[in-house]
Amino acid sequence: MNQQKKAIALISGGLDSMLAAKTVMEQGVHVEGINFFTGFCVEGHTHAIREKDKAKPKRNNALWVAEQLGIKLHIVDVIEEYKNVLINPKHGYGANMNPCLDCKIFMVNKAKQWLVEKNFDFIITGEVIGQRPMSQRKWTMPIIAEQSGADDRLLRPLCALNLPPTLPEREGWVDREKLHSITGRSRKPQMAMAEKFGLNDYAQPAGGCCFLTDKNYSAKLVDLWQAKQTKEYELDDIMLLKVGRHIRPRPHFKLIVAREEGEGRFMEGYKREFISLKCSSHSGPLVLVDGDPSAEDLYLAASITARYGHGKNAEVVDMAITDKDGVERTIQVKPLAGETLPEGWAI
Amino acid sequence: MIRETLNARRLLCPLPVIRTQDKVKQLKPGDQLEVICTDPGVMQDIPAWCRINGHKVLEIRSAEYEYIIVLEVC
Repeated sequence: MNQQKKAIALISGGLDSMLAAKTVMEQGVHVEGINFFTGFCVEGHTHAIREKDKAKPKRNNALWVAEQLGIKLHIVDVIEEYKNVLINPKHGYGANMNPCLDCKIFMVNKAKQWLVEKNFDFIITGEVIGQRPMSQRKWTMPIIAEQSGADDRLLRPLCALNLPPTLPEREGWVDREKLHSITGRSRKPQMAMAEKFGLNDYAQPAGGCCFLTDKNYSAKLVDLWQAKQTKEYELDDIMLLKVGRHIRPRPHFKLIVAREEGEGRFMEGYKREFISLKCSSHSGPLVLVDGDPSAEDLYLAASITARYGHGKNAEVVDMAITDKDGVERTIQVKPLAGETLPEGWAI
Repeated sequence: MIRETLNARRLLCPLPVIRTQDKVKQLKPGDQLEVICTDPGVMQDIPAWCRINGHKVLEIRSAEYEYIIVLEVC
């Protein structure tokens, strides 16, 4: 009697990886999911922070997909290892700071390591030829397979018929005839397949599932690196890029201005790591100061902070400045005038 | 049976789930884990993680801006 084959499926939380896993499960293969957390995953983060997104479901889509499929999901923290992918991408960046091809190679390689450790047989991804401009092209498919080390143990069930047969197909672990030939950016074939499988609730993120594909986020990341004079970052750095309004009035410091109560509450947790500002005579946002400001810089920071509070039209406001040790002092400051910030300050 | 507490305050999902997953690997069936978080997303995510991995959620509660989930390793 043949032993049941085992596959590990990369589960992003989107529809394609869900369908790819389901397609293979339908053939009697034991499938488990794996999901990698790089620190840049859109997944839930800003939804959890911002009040305006409160109505949106706060579910983790990868977990939700796993539950719908009835499979185990292993979520792996790759924050540290991912730094090298982002900082030194061999294949370069996409339209923004997204190293999509290197990222895919990295993730498939991590899945390959997992496969070897756990004695699984092959890897499944939801890749579709032509779906993504950088990583999902006909010419990238063999590069990913080869450079990840997965080689022909990498099966793409949604577009397998457009690719040479892989080991699972040649060995008869899966029936190639029951795989698919989807290409291009249209979602219609996937939606039809989802309907056939009875899967009618799935995530469809408009801009993908990674903050690095976002133009504004990428600009803030580049600014961070320029200010640090090195392409390094810590988790807190990249988390804070997801919240607030970022303003850099001088090269050596920037302000992070909470846009609403939820963000302010989240930023409260960083008051031991940054100088913080809050208007005490009028209501206004919490502001963190990142960098090494002088007394003159702090006055400027306070005047910028004042323009985002209810005292923006006052002659002067009282501004509480709290240092990292929790010591607070209050200064009087004139809110920065003008309809807009000087050019180049807003990141 | 032992009962441990995991401080997952300030972490945003899925990090509380990852920390829970890693902690549970060190525990034995019957042990309990109390996870204290500040991201409301855990109210869905940790129970979902427990369901797909066969662990039991004993208690879910929130206080102020903290969310506490107690689970039993199965």
